[in-house]
Amino acid sequence: MFELLGVPPQALFGQLFLGLINGAFYALLSLGLAVIFGMLNVINFAHGAQYMMGAFGAWVLLKYVGIPYWGALVIVPVIVGALGVVLERLLLSRLYHLDHLYGLLLTFGLAIIFEGIARYAFGASGVSYENPIPGGVNLGFMFLPWYRAWVIVFSLAVCLGTWLMIEKTKLGSYLRAAVERPDLVQAMGINVPLMITLTYGFGVALAALAGVLAAPVYSVTPKIGAEIIIVVFAVVVIGGMGSILGSVVTGFGLGMVEGLTKVFYPEASNIVIFVIMAIVLIARPAGLFGTAK
Amino acid sequence: MRLRSLMLGVAAAALFGASAQAQMTDGGIKIGVLTDMSGTYSDLSGGGSVWAAKRAVEDYLKDKPGLKIEVIGADHQNKADISANTARQWYDVDKVDVIVDLVTSSTALAVNQIAKEKNKVALVSGAASSALTGKDCTANTIHWTYDTWSLANGTGNAITKTGGDSWFFLTADYAFGQALEKDTAAVVEKNGGKILGKVRHPFPAQDFSSFLLQAQASKAKIIGLANAGADTTNAIKQASEFGIVSGGQSLAGLLVFITDVHALGLKTAQGLIFTEAWYWDANDNNRAFAKEYSAANGGKFPTMVHAGVYSSVIHYLKSVEALKGDADGAAVVAKMKELPTDDKLYGKGTVRADGRKIHDMYLFEVKKPAESKGPWDYYKTRATIPAAEA
Repeated sequence: MFELLGVPPQALFGQLFLGLINGAFYALLSLGLAVIFGMLNVINFAHGAQYMMGAFGAWVLLKYVGIPYWGALVIVPVIVGALGVVLERLLLSRLYHLDHLYGLLLTFGLAIIFEGIARYAFGASGVSYENPIPGGVNLGFMFLPWYRAWVIVFSLAVCLGTWLMIEKTKLGSYLRAAVERPDLVQAMGINVPLMITLTYGFGVALAALAGVLAAPVYSVTPKIGAEIIIVVFAVVVIGGMGSILGSVVTGFGLGMVEGLTKVFYPEASNIVIFVIMAIVLIARPAGLFGTAK
Repeated sequence: MRLRSLMLGVAAAALFGASAQAQMTDGGIKIGVLTDMSGTYSDLSGGGSVWAAKRAVEDYLKDKPGLKIEVIGADHQNKADISANTARQWYDVDKVDVIVDLVTSSTALAVNQIAKEKNKVALVSGAASSALTGKDCTANTIHWTYDTWSLANGTGNAITKTGGDSWFFLTADYAFGQALEKDTAAVVEKNGGKILGKVRHPFPAQDFSSFLLQAQASKAKIIGLANAGADTTNAIKQASEFGIVSGGQSLAGLLVFITDVHALGLKTAQGLIFTEAWYWDANDNNRAFAKEYSAANGGKFPTMVHAGVYSSVIHYLKSVEALKGDADGAAVVAKMKELPTDDKLYGKGTVRADGRKIHDMYLFEVKKPAESKGPWDYYKTRATIPAAEA
């Protein structure tokens, strides 16, 4: 068999594909962050913790209520999103007139509290969630588990749906207008504070959805959010803060770059994204898809 | 006059106190439990290790009232720099005489040097790297529970001899993982096995699919997991997802704790073979300890690390008593090597000249879900590795 840069091409395709699957998680998470930042100007550091809550939520539903994965996929984002709404009304809404930094500090603190609660309730080693669709198919260049295929298809659909909703529907146009001139939109009789609250709830629900998707793949531990959130922030910065399309494309793209790094120099696979972030920040400070304000 | 008699009283009291505890620095013994309180290893060590140290002190003081022994704990967050800073502060400012547990090899190696510098004592129960009794061996450290050499020897030997003669390593890229990989590779090669490849993953890592695919492509019979905690459970979980085991390759967990098996669940973990130093269901003493531990720690069960902390604290206190002083760390450790060890959890044993505690190790296999009769009933013993070979 011929080789490409010392690696059989079959292995290379396999790795690219796996990267795409990881990218699906990055894309879903950074999408939520981008929606929240774009509409609320809040850097939601609790996003990782809300992702973790999604994963534990699925486990709790299965173990104590007997609701399987497919039910959790709908119920958990709704519950965690509703918690997000409460959070926004109770705490975040008081900070809108202040600098971004205050929102970041508040959500950072909340993330630490959520993680601590989860550790207290479930332990640091975490819990195990059954794979709802075991088995897979041999693609020739790799073995593709059915569940991972489902993750890709589903997250692509959610990303596309969100993008369409914000860019192509009337509701989306209200949202975008409210970001530019909240006073004018309010004057036209649209309830802007309610829209902002629901937007935050939606962003949080996306994080929880990613958490439910992740539960059958990863060990569900209180740390899973903290581990992934830093990478996701880098994805958002590279894609351009607040850019919906940017966060989705960058999420999938960087997942693939990371996948390739795992083949050629695995030791560097957890820093490659930050190296790219540094380069992008120097060359295009607004991010690949962002517009400088 | 009244002031003078008062002063005399104080002086007398001071003298009395001093004579009662003649050789103890600052009037008593202070034990510091330096461990991972919040991270990935906090279930297998963490607050449970503080509990175990306190339990050992309680048991020891039963027939020796009046001795002042204090136990404190701190979180090193699995970072060598935090570990080193805490150790310095404890030894210098807080009058800590001995630091115990030290999970995570990088943090243990850091404290190992500082204990030597300050002539204090470090008793390592949590960390694995055999360098602690090898190239970084000092006269102030004892490596208590297990090390990468004993794990490699137990699991590596057993698997290679039963036909698992080609290996691929998934290694956590830090001191511990590299040591475990090196020691296991040596055992495999000594038994005529071959190492077909390895991949070093960042610590901690979440997605192992890419590394597993590389392991799959190597066609090695055995995939050795030279990592620990959530890294190991993630790798095992994802290996089953990618059909690695059903495809004919086997996983060897080179360091698995009972808390990992609990997190994985028996359905995923069944059949896994690995080496450990202690199991709660092995005898009545262990069961009684586990029962108390569980009641005090939210229903969790103790690991070999918790039991190791207990055992090391008991032997330390015995040796300090025999020596009648805790001021000279190297002298205490010399005494610990001289006296045979004996406690209710690890039984009789010795401490080797290079600072390694010697006791039996066990090769365990994880039970099938149907074989498990109660909570945390997870292991069956495949073999006992006698102390001389462990």
